[in-house]
Amino acid sequence: MISRGVSRRVLLQGGTALLTSAVLPRIALAEEPQRGGRLIVAADSEPRNLNPAIVASNGVFFVSSKVVEPLAEASFDGKDGLSPRLATGWEGAPDGRSASFKLRTGVKWHDGKPFTSADVAFSALNLWKPLQNFGRVVFKDLETVETPDEHSAIFRFARPTPFQLIRNALPALTSVAPKHVYEGTDIADNPANLAPIGTGPYRFAEHKPGEYYRLARHADYWQAGEPYLDEIIYRVLPDRAAAAGALEAEEIHLAAFSAVPLADLQRIAKVPGIDVVTQGYEALTYQLVVEINHRRKELADLRVRQAIAHAIDKDFVVKTIFLGYATASTGPVPSNDRQFYTSDVPTYAFDVARANSLLDEAGYPRGADGTRFRLRLLPAPYFNETKQFGDYLRQALAQIGIAAELVNNDAAGHQKAVYTDHAFDLAVAPPVFRGDPAISTTILVESGIPVGVPFSNQGGYANAELDRITAEAAVTLDPEARIALYRQFQVKVAADLPLINVAEWGFTTVARSVVKNVSNNPRWAVSNWADTWLAA
Amino acid sequence: MKRALVLLRRRLFGAVPVLLIVVAGTFLLLEAAPGDAVDAYAVSVGGDAGLIEDLRRQWGLDQSPATRLATYLWALMRGDLGWSVSFSRPIRDLILERLPTTFLLMGTATALSFGLGTLLGIVAGARPGSLRDRTLSLASLALYAVPGFWLGMVLIVIFSIQLRWLPIGGIETIASGKSGVDRALDIARHLVLPVAALGFIYLALYLRMMRAGMAEIWRMDFIAAAKARGISRRRLVLRHVARNALLPLVTMLGLQSASMLGGSVVIESVFAVPGIGRLAQEAVASRDAPLLLGIILISAVLVIVVNLAVDMAYALLDPRVGADEASP
Repeated sequence: MISRGVSRRVLLQGGTALLTSAVLPRIALAEEPQRGGRLIVAADSEPRNLNPAIVASNGVFFVSSKVVEPLAEASFDGKDGLSPRLATGWEGAPDGRSASFKLRTGVKWHDGKPFTSADVAFSALNLWKPLQNFGRVVFKDLETVETPDEHSAIFRFARPTPFQLIRNALPALTSVAPKHVYEGTDIADNPANLAPIGTGPYRFAEHKPGEYYRLARHADYWQAGEPYLDEIIYRVLPDRAAAAGALEAEEIHLAAFSAVPLADLQRIAKVPGIDVVTQGYEALTYQLVVEINHRRKELADLRVRQAIAHAIDKDFVVKTIFLGYATASTGPVPSNDRQFYTSDVPTYAFDVARANSLLDEAGYPRGADGTRFRLRLLPAPYFNETKQFGDYLRQALAQIGIAAELVNNDAAGHQKAVYTDHAFDLAVAPPVFRGDPAISTTILVESGIPVGVPFSNQGGYANAELDRITAEAAVTLDPEARIALYRQFQVKVAADLPLINVAEWGFTTVARSVVKNVSNNPRWAVSNWADTWLAA
Repeated sequence: MKRALVLLRRRLFGAVPVLLIVVAGTFLLLEAAPGDAVDAYAVSVGGDAGLIEDLRRQWGLDQSPATRLATYLWALMRGDLGWSVSFSRPIRDLILERLPTTFLLMGTATALSFGLGTLLGIVAGARPGSLRDRTLSLASLALYAVPGFWLGMVLIVIFSIQLRWLPIGGIETIASGKSGVDRALDIARHLVLPVAALGFIYLALYLRMMRAGMAEIWRMDFIAAAKARGISRRRLVLRHVARNALLPLVTMLGLQSASMLGGSVVIESVFAVPGIGRLAQEAVASRDAPLLLGIILISAVLVIVVNLAVDMAYALLDPRVGADEASP
């Protein structure tokens, strides 16, 4: 996973964090943090809505997770992989009909008002459930939120809802917005969506469109002594090449989310005072997937799908396209997931001869020009790597006599072509695994999904057995039984290939060495940075 | 002066249909591109079918293209540029906020390419065919052949990363709290590289045109007459040859203002300058039709105004222009 040009800090701080963090103190923590300073980081977009309670996406979190906090954050070593934020304790009822949260006391909103259970109830019922992109799925059965006192909230569900799912959704889906700011207003158009008010370590100070966001230290933060920084500036750098240059010119301190392209990493890792960090994205794993349109009669044949899987050299993809910063996939759950992943699934070794014989068997012999059939291949344009994999896949398919025509669109065009018009045969997609298969993974193979939903099964695939497992897991309360169901799910997906999982990758952070406590949790780039500090 | 006013009136009337065609054309082009604003947004956040339907209704995208164009034009007639869904802000504010930056960038770059291009053109055209002429022509052509974004990136690598003389991008030091002269100097420092990248490329055009014009005029009879009258060489070059070759350059200046806007899309992205060009690119990527229409409209007005100014300058410079219309 870690390739050449790895800095010392990567090895010390993150490389072994998953395995040993409970035993060995991290080096960064051994230093005495310094107060003050302005951290400047690169940002590549300016979201139209910065309220993470409404828009749970990494682009929004990157800025607003420092301002608005969730009930709990992901953690390398905490219980259930969580560390408390606005909630200090959580428990699910055995019947799955309720979940209770103990809330932190002494927390103040940035405008000085106290944070109470009423804010949590309001956010859950008026923002997460009706408005939030993922909350609409996870909290669909949420009926009421009781607030017996100012620091307790009890979520009541109309139907049994696995607490495991709620728990796994806490970091991304439960950002708490202030009731007193949103109540009685048009929530979607509230000005606080562009200048969020939260309880986080930094308050939103200023947005200069096209130039920067400025966050300033919240002096009344509940964690005494934190945050260390005076300010965080997000400098908007739209050009792909700009972040690396700005780091080298010492105009910014840090570029997250692989803003520095993979091809530049090896060079920039050698620059003194700059570190490349691959940790801190474990809970934001992206998956490289070949989406298949099962309406094509050739692709509806399992042997053809198996042939395509055999034609892909995953090792080559990892080494050449991702330059080693990725892992080959076995199935729909990434191997770095510690709850659900199983490696005990059917696999498809790179084997062109086997692929060719499968296609012969399926009744698609090579024509006079060596071609068995033609199809359209639409690589998603969002990442360099998805585009490059599209080029690779075209060549790999040519090896087995399938002539693929590459169709390139921009983001909006791709979304329309694949997820609305179904005008594709194969597509390359980068779905995200969000800590629980029910959040955004089962939707990739589930049948009956309305047309137009991005990152969902729009290939016309329908498998009653997989649908049954998905439905059952959605109401299975026992964590072990639920895990067993999702293991079955992985086996079935790998066996029937509704889509082909090729590789999975986390992003890289490139930071100047003066920035401390980088990547110390699995969602670091989108966490609150309260303990981040700058060495003078 | 009367000629100029007649011209002005005629041009202003002619501008209205031009603007209408520009608006309708842009709208249709963006309509023909696959995907709409909701598609573009859904890609970045994900979401279920209900959310996508709700958004489409809220953003008015469930209506037919004809209805949307009519709504837009109706609002436009009342002076309302509309609301940008991709920025959640009024389009008027978005454009006004970025227009000064683009004006500054374009204006300085135009001045640089026109001024320096003309000057070097005179140097080259003073002795057509000389070594000096050939060197200048070749060098300017080489610059013209370089893509703008590449030149920009090379300048950044040399002057911002290696030498660290100039900032890597932006329009001013972020959140610096500077004001007055300090701030003006800061902005000037930030403008050096983008202006150079944008200006150097168009410089060749003026240089070549000036040189070609002068080469032609050298062969004319009145030059021979002037030579015979014993006018000094310096006066001959500047007053007789260069001045006559200058007229077509003024026309070129008007035409270039349009392509300069196109070039600023690229340069503004490379140098992270918050201007209209970058806004246009973001409007296309997010399929924000009203925003793009607003930008195109403002740009069209700008081009019309610049060309009008050029025509007026022409009318003042050359007595023949517009003479027949003014004396019916």
